[in-house]
Amino acid sequence: MIVCALSRHSFRRYLCLNLYMLSSLLVSAGRYWALIQYGLRSNEYKYFYFYSDAVLTIFLYLALITLYLRVFDEMNVEKYVRFAAVLLLAGTALFSYGVVQQSSNKMLTGFFFELSQNLYFVGLVLTYVLWGAILKLRETRTQLIQLVLSLGIYFSAFAASFALGNMFPGDYRFLGYVVPVFGCLLPLAWAYAFWKLTPDARMSTARLAVVPR
Amino acid sequence: MATLIFLLSAAALLQFFISYCRSLIAASIKQPLSAEVRDVTGIPSTTSGEDFARVIQLLDLCPESPRERGHIRAINAYFQLLTFLRSTVARIIPALIAWTDMERGQCTYFAAVALDRRIAFSRDMLAQQIEV
Repeated sequence: MIVCALSRHSFRRYLCLNLYMLSSLLVSAGRYWALIQYGLRSNEYKYFYFYSDAVLTIFLYLALITLYLRVFDEMNVEKYVRFAAVLLLAGTALFSYGVVQQSSNKMLTGFFFELSQNLYFVGLVLTYVLWGAILKLRETRTQLIQLVLSLGIYFSAFAASFALGNMFPGDYRFLGYVVPVFGCLLPLAWAYAFWKLTPDARMSTARLAVVPR
Repeated sequence: MATLIFLLSAAALLQFFISYCRSLIAASIKQPLSAEVRDVTGIPSTTSGEDFARVIQLLDLCPESPRERGHIRAINAYFQLLTFLRSTVARIIPALIAWTDMERGQCTYFAAVALDRRIAFSRDMLAQQIEV
């Protein structure tokens, strides 16, 4: 995806999205190193996995906020969007801390798992609101629309997977197959958006809404 | 709580998926089909959902460009979803039949445009081999 963005001169335009992908690549390499070094069932690997997952989710949340800034760039509400984003992130972290504090499992990994799960759901709600704003404002930039929609698919797929994991605790066989597939969707869809679509490409959002407007 | 989150997330996933597929189709619908592809597929001026399987079979015969693989699968999944809707929900709500037919036709157009691109890709590869 980064190669596609660089070759189409879109790296700086969507800097946060590209930085997220870059950090995701580094984290994957780090996880592989921890797996080889300490083994799948070691505490070191577990800690590394959950910490890095929470950090990556926060990065993705920040990337989503930059998409908000892009959609609302002509309305001069940058200050308010940033303030609301920080407030929501702090609120989610506090809520996750509260949930872990009340449970019997007070390990730090529990907090990071809870935080990731809650951030995926908050991310889904925020992407849904952003999609609503795109339809309302009649945003026409095809590349931006596809980036937001693929992020929506990613967040909702992960939020549903986490919820399914909570509904059937202990049975992770299904998630073991599905989660890696979902993980590939976002880089593929973003790579396609950067490679195939020019920043000037336009489309009408009226035909994209599931319920005709 | 988890059940509620699952239901909401699944509904959002479905909605985002449909909108994403429609955005892919909308981007391809502006591209005209070459006369060659029209001849090969037998598609007249308008495309129909009935031709989708045949166009996909033709697509499978052409060497694929790795960048397009995922999107054809996404549209294929969207087409299957529409077919399922047409044979179930549309029987109760007849107004849905026209909508699913139109969407299925556009899926066929997307596949035909992809076929056009694959033919051009194969031709380029052949030309490069001849040069070597």
